[in-house]
Amino acid sequence: MASNEYVVRTKGLVKEYTMGDQVLRALNGVDLDIFRGEYISIMGPSGSGKSTLFNAIGGLDKPTTGSVFINDVDMAQLDAQELAYLRCHTIGYIFQTFNLIPVMTALENVTLPTVFAGMSTDDGIERGMELLKIVGLGERFFHKPSELSGGQQQRVAIARALANNPSIVLADEPTGNLDLKTGTEIIHLLKKLNREQGVTVISATHDLKMVDVSDRIVWIRDGRIAKIEERAEIELHIGEMEGEQEELTH
Amino acid sequence: MSTNINHKDRKIHRQISLPFSKAFQISMESIRIRFWRSLITASGIFLGIAFFVAVRTGMLFPSAGPASEVVAAENRQLWLSIMALVVCTVGITNAMLMAVTERYKEIGTMKCLGALDSFIVKLFFIESCLLGLIASVLGSLIGWFFVTIIHLLGGEISHMTAIFWLGSLKLIGLSTVLGTFLTFLATIFPAIRAAQMPPAAALRVEI
Repeated sequence: MASNEYVVRTKGLVKEYTMGDQVLRALNGVDLDIFRGEYISIMGPSGSGKSTLFNAIGGLDKPTTGSVFINDVDMAQLDAQELAYLRCHTIGYIFQTFNLIPVMTALENVTLPTVFAGMSTDDGIERGMELLKIVGLGERFFHKPSELSGGQQQRVAIARALANNPSIVLADEPTGNLDLKTGTEIIHLLKKLNREQGVTVISATHDLKMVDVSDRIVWIRDGRIAKIEERAEIELHIGEMEGEQEELTH
Repeated sequence: MSTNINHKDRKIHRQISLPFSKAFQISMESIRIRFWRSLITASGIFLGIAFFVAVRTGMLFPSAGPASEVVAAENRQLWLSIMALVVCTVGITNAMLMAVTERYKEIGTMKCLGALDSFIVKLFFIESCLLGLIASVLGSLIGWFFVTIIHLLGGEISHMTAIFWLGSLKLIGLSTVLGTFLTFLATIFPAIRAAQMPPAAALRVEI
């Protein structure tokens, strides 16, 4: 599925947070190349810098030093309007806490990015309904997030992330707030979209269920890349997963 | 499909600015869908302005009695109206600060979905002006109405001269402008701050 063309590249990414008089290095020189159409999992314990890397790749926060290239364009060179275009059209975001707008219905949440893209209301609604059908929520379009389960809210968030046909979907702990079964469903949905729509999925996670569907796994520890594994290489370790698989079937 | 995507991504585009009418439409919708929350915010503005107007309307009715008592009463009323202004300012600022702060996460989310900073500020500008205007008009009218009725029932109908009517009109007009302006000020600064934050920072804000 993955081509040999880079969609995201990071070079010497460093991010420091100042907490009082202490400087905390969340990222400490990350070089990462991601191919178009890949399904990448960024794994690591909490506090390892996964979310910081997610924010840097998604242009949600500026790195202290180093650069992020999206489709060969250095994100640091973009002005506010170009960055907004990138967030609107090129990247779709999925969060652990779903981040749906609570007062809006599922359909309104999904159509919001199409409004920012300048799509007409009718086209936006048509697109929104089509996406809600794809994620399996065609009938619940009129429900508010509070009337949906966690898994359903995450499906709405996935539909919203796809609204403007992005080439990259960034997911930050997408299964973190979901139970085992719902989490697996969300992972398979992401994989299906990755396969069928050719969208690159980059997911920060510590959910081992992700390993199974990923093309490559990037292990992060203390703000550095500890190792990068191909899916094929970790076939042997899959024994670890069996416990969870059994739990699923019962 | 994939060649299509490549082509789209290769060029650097700038995000379009949505027209004012679209911002107005979204703001109206935003007030409507959070109707009860808007109503509570608006009642903060409403009460502040109504209190201020009530005190000032009382001053339109001249006090009776010996000259020394009249001066003392007028001084008291002046103090009262300054206090009313302070209470009204604090009330409105408090209501609007809360209303914007609880939406930081929403602002962060909208930026992730491709909203421009200026568009978010525009949304809050329109929303605060609409809310401030409606609440201030109602607040002034009702504050004025009740104090006037009380004085009328007290048999002060002879004071309802042209000067009284003119003064009332001026008071209601000025208070409406004041209320709207205060609402706008208290909204726009936190909204600008939130819009200029990197989305990751706005999303992190917990209240």
